[in-house]
Amino acid sequence: MRAEFVASEVGNGLRRNLTMTLAVIITVAVSLSLFGVSLLVRAQVDTMKDFWYDKVEVSIFLCAKGSDTPSCAGGAVTAGQRDQIEADLESLRPLVQDIYYESQAEAYVRFQEQFASSPIADSVNESALPESFRVKLADPTQYDVVASAFSGRPGIEQVNDQRQVLDKFFRLLGGLQAIALIIAVVMLVVTVLLVANTMRVAAFSRRRETSIMRLVGASNLYIQLPFLLEATVSAGIGAILAVGGLVLAKSVIIDQILAPSFQFTAFVGWDAVVGIAPILILVGIGLSGIAAFLTLRKYLRV
Amino acid sequence: MILFDTVTKLYASQTHPALEDVSLEIEKGEFVFLVGPSGSGKSTFLRLVLREERPTSGNVWVLGKDLSRLSNWKIPTLRREIGTVFQDFRLLPNKSVFQNVAFALEVIGKPKAHINKVVPEVLEVVGLGGKEQRRPDELSGGEQQRVAIARAFVNRPKMLIADEPTGNLDPGTSVGIMKLLDRINRMGTTVIMSTHDAQIVDQMRRRVIELEHGHVVRDQSRGVYGYAR
Repeated sequence: MRAEFVASEVGNGLRRNLTMTLAVIITVAVSLSLFGVSLLVRAQVDTMKDFWYDKVEVSIFLCAKGSDTPSCAGGAVTAGQRDQIEADLESLRPLVQDIYYESQAEAYVRFQEQFASSPIADSVNESALPESFRVKLADPTQYDVVASAFSGRPGIEQVNDQRQVLDKFFRLLGGLQAIALIIAVVMLVVTVLLVANTMRVAAFSRRRETSIMRLVGASNLYIQLPFLLEATVSAGIGAILAVGGLVLAKSVIIDQILAPSFQFTAFVGWDAVVGIAPILILVGIGLSGIAAFLTLRKYLRV
Repeated sequence: MILFDTVTKLYASQTHPALEDVSLEIEKGEFVFLVGPSGSGKSTFLRLVLREERPTSGNVWVLGKDLSRLSNWKIPTLRREIGTVFQDFRLLPNKSVFQNVAFALEVIGKPKAHINKVVPEVLEVVGLGGKEQRRPDELSGGEQQRVAIARAFVNRPKMLIADEPTGNLDPGTSVGIMKLLDRINRMGTTVIMSTHDAQIVDQMRRRVIELEHGHVVRDQSRGVYGYAR
């Protein structure tokens, strides 16, 4: 009896207040989608950091013929300078994990591969490309140690940290994530206000019923439960829509559009989506429930 | 049943108290008229009994409970023992007579079988047998008030509070309502009724409590309406 009565009250309430119910569902869906996207972007950044920080290396480019940085004033690097640099690198172990020497010939081959389909490949000859040491660090954040030891030394044209390039990219993604998060928070505030107002209207339109309920001694729970359920059910529907949007984003945008075109990097897996979905549902239902509860306390007092 | 001990009620927005220093007792099984001009404090009295308001000072005891010590979550239990009827009936227009009465039981979680048993019984008591499926707007004013009384009485409360129940009814219809309230009183329910209707009070010859400017100016068993003036 109880459950049946409450369920029919909830159904009536949702139908009678259909426009407001739809408004709540849509705002919840939109705000949680943005929230979900922002969480997904963060997961993506984490995935990419894991993937790339393992692979990044510090490149120490040696002077080639025609290098014009001041440290190359003495012309191309000499064999002595090269041996000294290698010895110094060896002395930096264990921070330096691997050292790999790339000769001009190897650089030329790699260059030809990278620009195989481009006319640039033909315009460059072997002697213009610098030889280099590729250094992999045990802790990629300790780049400064290597940079301060080697940059500006005679025979070294440039010390390059790939991590810095990546970090710029990650900062861009982080900025996008922050923007999505800010919009999501604003939308969630709007959602809370909308739920509060919806409850106010619902309580007002059913004031006859609730005043009679109060008089005949219905408990607060009994009076408020239908309203609370209305708020949480519509928020729940909105949250499920948001999860649906997230699944769609992962399977279409990431898996079918981004992943095939950017095969060199890793993308978030389904475990991230599985982790985010319950957060969205909890945040949606929780916020809406709290907003409804606080509003009802004001308008449905004993 | 009801005990007011030096009760004063001052509403925040007003300078004169709605009730001042009121002490009185109403026994179980009594039928009490509460009379007095508008603004004399009758409604405040009834709202204090229902614990819709708290007194500014003094104590109100209802059904053996000190209402100033009654926690909020126990108020519903108190109200289940008190039936209430109003001048404006307060029926739900989109529900039938049966559903209106059943609503009072549904919202306190009574089982369906119980509802299907007691609602027809109480409708018989108030003289609405056979009109279960009518809507309130298909009924006369007197019949609508009978539905309201049925709803107030269906849970067999110990006390029935009627706030000007005949205020919207013509004299002939009012007599019928009074007979019904008298019958309910004889079944053992304490009835407290506020009214402006001198004729009814004079005919019934029951206890009369008269309020004026928040004071009890008369408390008379077997009283009439206008005696004290």
